[in-house]
This record gives sequence, structure tokens and C-alpha cells, in this order.
Amino acid sequence: MKKDRSINRREFINRGARVTLGVSLAGVTALSVGDSLSKKYVWQIDPEKCTQCGRCATECVRTPSAVKCVHAYDVCGYCDLCGGYFKPGPNELETGAENQLCPTGAIQRRFIEEPYFEYIIDEELCIGCAKCVKGCASFGNGSLQLQIRHNLCLNCNECSIARVCPSDAIIRVPIDEPYMIKGMFLENGEDAG
Amino acid sequence: MMKFKGFLKILFLLVLILAGILSAGQQRFPKPEFETGYEQPTPTTPEPRSFGMEIADTIILAAVLSLVTYFIIRKRSRRGVLWTSIFTLVYFGFYRNGCICSIGAIQNVALSIFDPGYKISVTVLIFFLLPLVFALFFGRVFCAAACPLGAIQDLLVIKPVSLPVWVRKTLGIFPYIYLAMAILFAATGSDFIICRYDPFVGIFRMDAPFIMVILGICFLVLGMFFARPYCRVFCPYGVLLSWMSRFSKYHLTITPSECIQCKLCSASCPFDAIEAPVVEKYRTDQVLNRNRNRFIIFALALPLWIVAGGYIGSRAHIFLSKANPDVYLAELMIHHPELKNDPDNIDIQSFLESGDSFEQLVEKASLVRQKFKTGGWYFGGFIGLVIGVMLMNQFILRKQKDYVPNRADCFSCGRCMDYCPVEKQDRNTDNQDDEFVNGNPPGTAFKNSM
Repeated sequence: MKKDRSINRREFINRGARVTLGVSLAGVTALSVGDSLSKKYVWQIDPEKCTQCGRCATECVRTPSAVKCVHAYDVCGYCDLCGGYFKPGPNELETGAENQLCPTGAIQRRFIEEPYFEYIIDEELCIGCAKCVKGCASFGNGSLQLQIRHNLCLNCNECSIARVCPSDAIIRVPIDEPYMIKGMFLENGEDAG
Repeated sequence: MMKFKGFLKILFLLVLILAGILSAGQQRFPKPEFETGYEQPTPTTPEPRSFGMEIADTIILAAVLSLVTYFIIRKRSRRGVLWTSIFTLVYFGFYRNGCICSIGAIQNVALSIFDPGYKISVTVLIFFLLPLVFALFFGRVFCAAACPLGAIQDLLVIKPVSLPVWVRKTLGIFPYIYLAMAILFAATGSDFIICRYDPFVGIFRMDAPFIMVILGICFLVLGMFFARPYCRVFCPYGVLLSWMSRFSKYHLTITPSECIQCKLCSASCPFDAIEAPVVEKYRTDQVLNRNRNRFIIFALALPLWIVAGGYIGSRAHIFLSKANPDVYLAELMIHHPELKNDPDNIDIQSFLESGDSFEQLVEKASLVRQKFKTGGWYFGGFIGLVIGVMLMNQFILRKQKDYVPNRADCFSCGRCMDYCPVEKQDRNTDNQDDEFVNGNPPGTAFKNSM
């Protein structure tokens, strides 16, 4: 008889604890949801905040980094003397390796018409070091920008570049608008939409 | 008055126009007008993994959890659990690269509770909740085969050794500390330490900093002898799961019917998670009285533990808060003002360029530090409580007659079920040939041990 009662008591305590835990789990859920849920976040670089420090090339969990230079052609001036392509004080304005700023030669320069040149980023080669981005921002229009490429990004729970980004330029953006290319969405946004 | 307002309006418009001209002027070189019909390309924007795929992941998680539950509670098949864990390892581990996982989701939940600016996403919340709900009903089935970190360690359990109880209990405090620290750092928006020090993610991605790969391999090698070291000594999610599992409605049972006290299961468990029966002759009145008295003394000491822990935690806040980048930067600039002139210090240079004043930074940092001080009290108090309760628990003698899994520690891996001879007997009487046709490896193991 006594044994029966003790089993019942234990079962009673268990049930009480289960309900309590269930309720607290619901409470934690309610607290964390707050007033709204988001669909999903991805990481992206805000070009307005980026200071081209070069850490994107080294801190990403992927080698080479999932951060690449993206060319917003709409903002580009198609300059002959491109601050993103040429080293400061190049010997000649031509495609010789000694003139190039990019350490991996990931920018292709192509003649369009006098005096304009087109610059195309080869993402296979780009390591996201931001040297060209800095050059373009300093001497040009700022059409070269660093962006996280989502075909490469593993979308870590906490971006390891974001943790060390000195200007907090890497932010969580909603999955619907995964890119923050400066200038591109001003004019092209309407076309695309 | 009206005139003045009108003037203000005009002034406002002028400023707007001027700002417009200036911002347009940012483009140093205007876009050329091409004559050769050159078509300007648009930058490509490869899409991230779609939201639908993310939802599919949660469905797969739910399916895996249900499958493990079926194998553990209904089918009683270790083999099923094993194959499920291999699937988990391949899918959630090597294919999905171990992110997002339920363990790391603790931090997202903590951050979303304490930072109103951060909204948790649906998938992360489901990853956090599902295993806990399953644990509340069926025990730690998540650990059995739905966690890639658990799966990779479980498959490498080769020659597990049994450790003395006091060592296990002492090591058992670490997950609580890890959990409390992870919540503290996530809630203050400082760091996601669980993700940062995940020892296996480097192996899943086959691409990680050298030191993390080494750490992962060390864990695996250690795990050959001390089974599932990460789960037992570190995993912060395991703490939450063990709370749920302790009171689970249905839990794995070692034997399908009656325990014959053969001790085979006890030897089969690599995690020392099976409790032996309490020998009746120990339960004398003298022992029970002594235990009761000690229990009361330790229960009375509980507030002391909490206060002491809280005090230590709050004292440690200055040290702990260094994990926050703002606090770190502010401290660096206060203690080493000469670094302001160091062009190689990227952090300080970027801060100086940003235009924020030093006072702003110090204010931000001291706000974070204040949070750490309050958080430190909770952090330390929680650890004190855990230690106090652990000490109290050692004086509870349960009326236990059979070998049963310790519901808090049991990973529901199902090894013990395979070793239970009662099951073999039942199965043999059910179907004589069954075992030989299937060639159950556990069956042979049982025969060998005979």
C-alpha cells in the first residue's frame, strides 16, 4: 500500500514539473518572439560603413573569403586612370602586372571606346582584400564595393568577420534583400522590380 | 509668426536642394554616354539559400527526432538509431556544415530576449524548441541521433572507460558554467561563444583555422576513451535537455519487461548513465537519518552558495566584459593613448575616422559594463545554486530496485537495450529464427560477453 502511494507521489511531482517546464518553455518562446518574428537573416556589408580595412580577406571562415568585390557599373566613371585598377603612380596605363593594384589580378580591364574602359571582377580570383575598393573610394566614384556573396557564404550564426569588423559594417539583413550595393538600387531597382 | 514659418519652409527646401546637389556631386566622374552601343552589365547577385529550404531543414529535424523516438520507444532498435545518427552526421554535419544547430540557437534566443532590436528568425526558434519539447516527452532523443556533434562523437566511441562518480559530478558543473557564460555574452551582445568554440564545425566544413581543427581532433581522440566528451563536459544545450528529460513522460527503458539484475546494461553504457539499484540493506534508519540531517544543512546553505556565487560573478564583471568589442576598445584607448597615433591599429583608426567622440565610446562601454555587473550576479548566483543543489542531491537515496537509466544523463543511444538479455529471450520465444537471419550485431555481442 505504502509503495503504491510513493509511486503515485513521484508521478504527481513529475507531472507537475513537466507542466512547469512546458510553461516556462512557452514563456521563453513568447519573450524571445516579442511582437514579431523575422523570416531569416543573412549577413551583408554596408558599403557606407565599410572602411576597407582588409579583414574580410582573412577573417572569413572560408578560404578564400566569401566576401568579394562587386562592381556597381552604374556608378562607374569608366576612367582610363582607374584608382581601383592601378597602383598609385603606375608606370603606364596598361594591363601589366606591375601596374595593377589587385594582388591576384582579379580585375580585367577592357577598352570600350575613347576614353572609356570597363573593369570586370573575376570572382574566382578575388580574395576580398578591399585594396581596389579603397582605391576606387579614394580616387573614383566608389563603384567597387565589398559584398558578401551568398552563393559562397555559409551564413554562420555569428559572422566571424562581423565580430572583428572595426566599423560594424557587417550587419544582419532580411533574406528578401540580401545585397546592399550602393547606387545599384537607385536606378536599376525600378528596372529589376 | 506665419511669415517666419514660411521662411523656415523655404530655408528647409533650399537646404534639401543643396544637399541633393552635393550628394549628386559625390560622383566624381559622371557616367559616360557611350556611342558604340556598349551595354552596361549589371552586377550579379547570387541568391542566398532560400527560406523554403530553411523550413525544409526544420521539417527534416522534426522527422529525424520522430524517427529516433520511434526507434527508442517503440521499435527498441539500436541499429535504427545508429543509421539515423549517420544520416544526421551527413546531412546536418557535412552537408549543412553544422550551422544552424540547436546548441547555438540558445544564444539567438538569449539575444532576442535582451536586445529588442534583434528579431529571432522562425527556423532558429524551431531548432531551439523542437528538441526540448521532444525531451520533455521522450527524453534526450535529440542527443541520440539528431545532433551532428553528438553523432560524430558517438560513432567514435571505441573503448570507453568508466570514471568515478565524484569526477563525473565535478565535470558535470562545466556545462552549467558554459551555458551561463554563453547566455551572458549573447545577452550583452558581446560574443557567440558556443559557435566560436564549436570544436567540430571545422571538421564538418573541412576548412577552419588550424587551431580549431586540432581542437576537434583532440575531442574525437579523447572521445574514444572518454565517450562523448563535448556532450558531457561542455554542451550547454545538454543542460536544458537534461532538465526536460528528467521529467520526461516516456523515456527509454532498458528492459522491455522485468529486470533480472544481470548488470549487462550497466557495462554497456559508455556514459555511465545507468544507475545501479540501491541495496536495501544500506537503507537503514541510521543512514536515512544522517542523510536527512545533512540534506537539511546543505539546503540551508543554499542561499549562501547563491550569494557567494553572485558576489564572485559580479566581481568578475570587469574581466568578463572585455569580451565586448566596445569595452575592449575603450579600455585599450584609455590605457594606451599612444596607440591613437599607430596607423597599424585598425580598430582605433577606424574608430577615429568614424567621427564618434571618445566620450560616446566610453559611455557605451560603461553601459555594457553595467550590464555585465548585473548579469554577473545572475551568472554567479546560478552557478552557486547549481553547486548547492548538486551537493544536496548526493544525500538523496532513492528506493530503486532495478537498473534504470539516469534520465538526466542518458543520451537515449539505445546501446543498453541491445544488451538486455530479457529482450533477447522475448524475441527468441517470439520468433526462433529471427535473430539468426538478421544476424544482429548486438546479439552476437551479447553471446560473446557470455
